[in-house]
Amino acid sequence: MSVRVAFASRSSRVGMVLCAVGLVALATAPFWGGRDDLFLLSQVYAYVGLASLWNLLAGYAGLVSVGQQAYVGLGAYLLFAFAILAGMSPLWAIPLAGIIAAAVAIPVAVLVFRLRGHYFAIGTWIVAEVFRLLASQLSVLGGGSGTSLPAAVIIGIAPSRQMRDFLVYWIALALVVAILALIVLLLRSRYGLALKAIRDSELAATCNGIDVLRTKFFVYIVTALGTAMLGALIFLQKLRISPDAAFSVNDWTAFVIFITVIGGIGRIEGPIVGTIVFFLLRQTLADLGTLYLLMLGVVAILVMLAAPKGIWGLIVERFGWQVFPLERKVVLDEPSATRE
Amino acid sequence: MMEWVNVILQGVLVGGLYAMFAAGLSLIFGVMRLVNIAHGDLIVLAAYLALVVTETLGVGPLTSLIVVVPLMALIGYGLQWFVLNRTLGDDLLPPLLVTFGLSVIIQNGLLALFTADSVKLQAGDIEIATIRLFSGVYVGVLPLLQFVVAVAVIATLQFVFYRTALGRAFRATADNPAVAQLVGLDNRHVFALAMAASLAVVAIAGVFLAVRANFDPSQGPARLIYGFEAVIIGGLGSLWGTLAGGLILGVAQAIGAHLDPGWQILAGHIAFLVILAVRPEGLFPKVRT
Repeated sequence: MSVRVAFASRSSRVGMVLCAVGLVALATAPFWGGRDDLFLLSQVYAYVGLASLWNLLAGYAGLVSVGQQAYVGLGAYLLFAFAILAGMSPLWAIPLAGIIAAAVAIPVAVLVFRLRGHYFAIGTWIVAEVFRLLASQLSVLGGGSGTSLPAAVIIGIAPSRQMRDFLVYWIALALVVAILALIVLLLRSRYGLALKAIRDSELAATCNGIDVLRTKFFVYIVTALGTAMLGALIFLQKLRISPDAAFSVNDWTAFVIFITVIGGIGRIEGPIVGTIVFFLLRQTLADLGTLYLLMLGVVAILVMLAAPKGIWGLIVERFGWQVFPLERKVVLDEPSATRE
Repeated sequence: MMEWVNVILQGVLVGGLYAMFAAGLSLIFGVMRLVNIAHGDLIVLAAYLALVVTETLGVGPLTSLIVVVPLMALIGYGLQWFVLNRTLGDDLLPPLLVTFGLSVIIQNGLLALFTADSVKLQAGDIEIATIRLFSGVYVGVLPLLQFVVAVAVIATLQFVFYRTALGRAFRATADNPAVAQLVGLDNRHVFALAMAASLAVVAIAGVFLAVRANFDPSQGPARLIYGFEAVIIGGLGSLWGTLAGGLILGVAQAIGAHLDPGWQILAGHIAFLVILAVRPEGLFPKVRT
C-alpha cells in the first residue's frame, strides 16, 4: 500500500481546463479586440498581479503592508532610469527593475520587520513615502513633476504603434500568468505548506519547527520582485511618470486591498474574482469620480465585517469549488482488492 | 548661531503638535492594541468641523473647540461601538483593513464636500503676535500656545491614565480584557471611551493644525505618519515619550527644511528610520507585554 498527496480535485481539473481555454482566448485578444480592449485587459492583468502578490503577503504570510506602492514606484522609476539614462530597451529593463527592487527590499525588510503587526503596516507606508520624496529629488528624471519616455525609446520597442501595443499586451499577460503560476507552485511546495500553517496559527507553525521569520522574509522579497516588475510594466504603458502617480497609495494599495478583501483574502482565486468585480463596477460607475472610491471603501468594510472571507470564500463554503490544484489530500493506493 | 536657535525653537514648537497627533494614537494602542490608520484623516475631519463651526456660529477657532471636542469624542464613541468593536480579536487583519477603509472614506467624503482647494482657519491678531525672548530670538504666541496645550494634553492623559477610576479601567482592560470583564467592566464601553478620549485629543490637534497652516482633504495620511513616527521614536506605551518623540521629529524637520526646503519631510522620516535601526524600542520605552 502506498500513500501519496493529491493536489487536484474534480473542480480544480475543470478549473484548469477553463483556465487554459481562457488563456488561449486572452492570448489571441490582439486579433479580435480593439486598442481600447487591449488597454483595459492590460490594466486588469496588472491589478490581478498586484492583488495576487498582496494576497500572498497579507493573506498567507500575515504581513499586512500598506506600502507596496513603494515597489510599484521603484520598478517604474528604474525602468525610466534604464531607458532614459542608460538607453536600455524597456523590455529588458522590466526584469532588471524587478531584480534590483528585490535587492533593495532586503535592507528595507530588515528595518520594517522590527515593527510588529499593526505597526509594520504603517512602517511600510513610511518607506513608500521616503521613496516618493527621494524620487521627487531626482532632477534627471524631472523631479517633482516627473518625465515622459522619449520618442526614440518608444520606437525602439517596436517600429509600429500596433506592434508595440501587441507586444506590451503579451508581456502583461505573460507576466501575470507567470506570477500566478509562481504563486501556485510556491503554495504547493514546502514553503506553501509553511505559509498555510503560518496563516492559520503562527504559534502552532513555530512549534512545528517552521522558521516563521525566514519564511516571511522570503515572501516579502519575492513580492517586491513581482510588484516592481508590474510597476515597470504599468508605467511603460502610461509612457509618463511622476512621483505622485508612481507612489500613489490610492492606486497601488487602496484599490489592491479592496480588490483582495472583496474577492476573498487568503485564497488564490480571491484577487482574480475581486479584480473582475472591481472593473465591472468601474465600467458602470466611472462617472462618480471620488465617490466611487468612497463606495468601494464602504463595500470593503461591509465585506470585512459580514463576510471576512470575501466572495470566493462564500463560493467555497457553498459549493466547495477550487480552480487551482492546491488542496492537499492524502490518497491511499491499495495494491489489489479494495476493502470496502 | 541665532539662526540655528530659531530653527530648533520652531522645530520644538511644531513638535508639540506632532506629540498631540501621537498621543491619541498611543492611547488607543495602549488600551486595545488597535492602530487606527484613519487617525490622520480624523485630524483633518476635525479641522473641517472647526471650519464649519467657525463659519456658521461666527466664533474664533479656539472658541470652536467647545463644540468640536465633544463632537469628535461622540464620533469616536460611536465609531468604536458600532464598527471597530466588531473587528477586535486575535486576527490583525480586520481592524487594519477597516480603519484603512475608513481613511479612504473620510478622505474622499471630505473631497466631495469641500473640494481639493486648501483652506485655513483665521484666528485674528493672535496669529501674528510674537514675544521677544532675547535679542534676535522671537516666538509666535500661537505656536507657543500650541506647545503649552500639547504639554497640558499629555499631562492630563497621564493623570487620567494613572490617577483616576477611568484610567484604572483602561489599564485593567489593556492588561487582560477577560479578567477586566470578570470584575464587572464592560470592555465595549471601555474601548469606546478610550476612542472618545483619543478623538477629543484629535479635535484639539485638528484645530491647531487648521490655524497653523493651509489644509486640504489629502493631508490625513501625512499626519498619521508624523504621529506614528513620534510614537515609535518616543517609545511604545510612554505618554511623555510621545512628547519627546514629537519634539525630535519637529526639530529634525526644521533642520531639514533649513538646509533645503525639499528635505523637510524627508529629514523627519530619516530621523525615524535611524532610531528604528539603532534603537527599535524607542528612546523611552515602557511596553506592557
